[in-house]
Amino acid sequence: MKNNPEKKKTRLPEVARVIRSKNAGPFELTFDIIFRDKASYSEFRRRDVLSRETISSLFRIPGGDIHSIVYFDLVNAIKFTIRRAVPSGCPGDSDIYGAQQHAPLLTLEW
Amino acid sequence: MVQERGSRSNQTGDPRVSQSEFNILAPTAILGYGFPESSFQKGIARHPDLIAVDAGSTDPGPYYLGSGKSFTDRSMVKRDLRFMLRAGIQQQIPVIIGTAGGCGAEPHLHWCRDIIREIAVEEQLSFKLGLIYADVTKVVVGSALAAGRIQGLDFVPDLTPSVIAESTRIVAQMGVEPIMTALDSGCQVVLAGRCYDPAVFAARPIQLGFDPGLAVHLGKILECAAIASVPGSGSDCVLGTLDNNSFVLESLNDQRQFTIESTAAHTLYEKSDPFHLPGPGGTLNLENTTYTQLPGGRTQVSGSRFEPSDRYTVKLEGVHRTGYRSISIAGIRDPVLIRQIDTVLSRVHTYVNGIIRDQHIAGQAFFHVYGKNGVMGEMEPTPDLVSHELCLVTEVLAGTEKEAETVCSLIRSTLLHYGYEGRIATAGNLAFPFSPSDISMGAAYAFSIYHLMEIDDQRLFRLEILNL
Repeated sequence: MKNNPEKKKTRLPEVARVIRSKNAGPFELTFDIIFRDKASYSEFRRRDVLSRETISSLFRIPGGDIHSIVYFDLVNAIKFTIRRAVPSGCPGDSDIYGAQQHAPLLTLEW
Repeated sequence: MVQERGSRSNQTGDPRVSQSEFNILAPTAILGYGFPESSFQKGIARHPDLIAVDAGSTDPGPYYLGSGKSFTDRSMVKRDLRFMLRAGIQQQIPVIIGTAGGCGAEPHLHWCRDIIREIAVEEQLSFKLGLIYADVTKVVVGSALAAGRIQGLDFVPDLTPSVIAESTRIVAQMGVEPIMTALDSGCQVVLAGRCYDPAVFAARPIQLGFDPGLAVHLGKILECAAIASVPGSGSDCVLGTLDNNSFVLESLNDQRQFTIESTAAHTLYEKSDPFHLPGPGGTLNLENTTYTQLPGGRTQVSGSRFEPSDRYTVKLEGVHRTGYRSISIAGIRDPVLIRQIDTVLSRVHTYVNGIIRDQHIAGQAFFHVYGKNGVMGEMEPTPDLVSHELCLVTEVLAGTEKEAETVCSLIRSTLLHYGYEGRIATAGNLAFPFSPSDISMGAAYAFSIYHLMEIDDQRLFRLEILNL
């Protein structure tokens, strides 16, 4: 908890071992972040780093498009689900499986 | 790795024997994805009570349900099935396959049935095959809608009579009940249409009296086979052992193991809530689930509960045809053009729209600009275009195949010679990697139905028995 005395920022890829996106059905995208250890997960959760506002701005989506944010303590994971702007395979879609929408999370720091 | 608890009874069609343990062999995550023969044989050596596999997913998109085609390869599906049927019939182990052909509508079911027939002939196997249809007629869905028995899911557009009328094909995800009926009818092999993924694993043990919460949770993990192990794989075999209070997962390949974390984290995968997983007839509640590490890379799970819902609902999946698609792929390397790519594409779009309006063609064009925002589109947060080259995929949807080709060709030729501001490369704006430069992709579809429908009984899912 006090391992950042100089306020050096932590970037998500330094503490997460899984950062991924995938369809949860054709109309939703779901994102999972699994942390390497309990300490960094707890810190992330305590500071509410991934708030609705943060998700909105990272993915440039309105707050109403965020379905849920769920913490899963047992495996040090957070999951959030958003509306697909274009449902899977609909005209104009560019990621049928939704598996490459996670990249903005890699820039997250606190 | 050796478990030596309770002896099992392997006769199919046996009475409801009190059995203390039930072993399930899950060969692969999706039928046709393959598995090492050594892992499979290791599983068979453990005398499983069931061999089951899920063959489907909506992930590959709406085309496959719309067109009636499989997204898996026929020869690989046949290869996987040959191992499963040979072992299953020779050793009297029931074989259950869910979501035949990837989407589980009638053409997919028949496609897989024909493969099973071929194998039966080639391997001289004789057995009773149960086919369970999952197709739902527009009349049935329309009546349910009128009766207020359709519920929408989050972010899915409302169902209306016109959406139903325009749909190409509709299926419903069956639960465990139709599979139990097929097993009760003496089927040694069950080929189910669209199916809730865990149902193919859970039906038999629930029928024998095992706890539905544990059986469905086990099915939820086995439907992805070794994906939930470490290192994960969609093409390797897993043995699931169910008893009265828990289940145990075990990799059939020494290089993988199930850890508490890998097993628990699997419930995150492709779902929006890892604690409450709704399915046909109820919800799997994992709030009180506990995980224990056992020696030999095995994980034991207990405490999962199945909570039946007041009204039995099944999930409907339906698609409609959005038109015909043509695409063209080209590279762009000129920095003057790259700097103003948005403006140029927008002008070409406007120009082409004018022409097709005059020609009375109803077509839509989309530009996928790789190197800019081709993957994330509007969600792309990177503001500046930094790439020295772009890949442009022009996508056209129109009412007929010919019209789609016409519009695609017009955009390609207009863009190739478009005189943008400051142009110094006056011979052509696009680098085509292929001749022909345009590709007709046939009919295009979109998901239009993804709703829950209440049912009173299981008659929706018709059973047909074939003696092979």
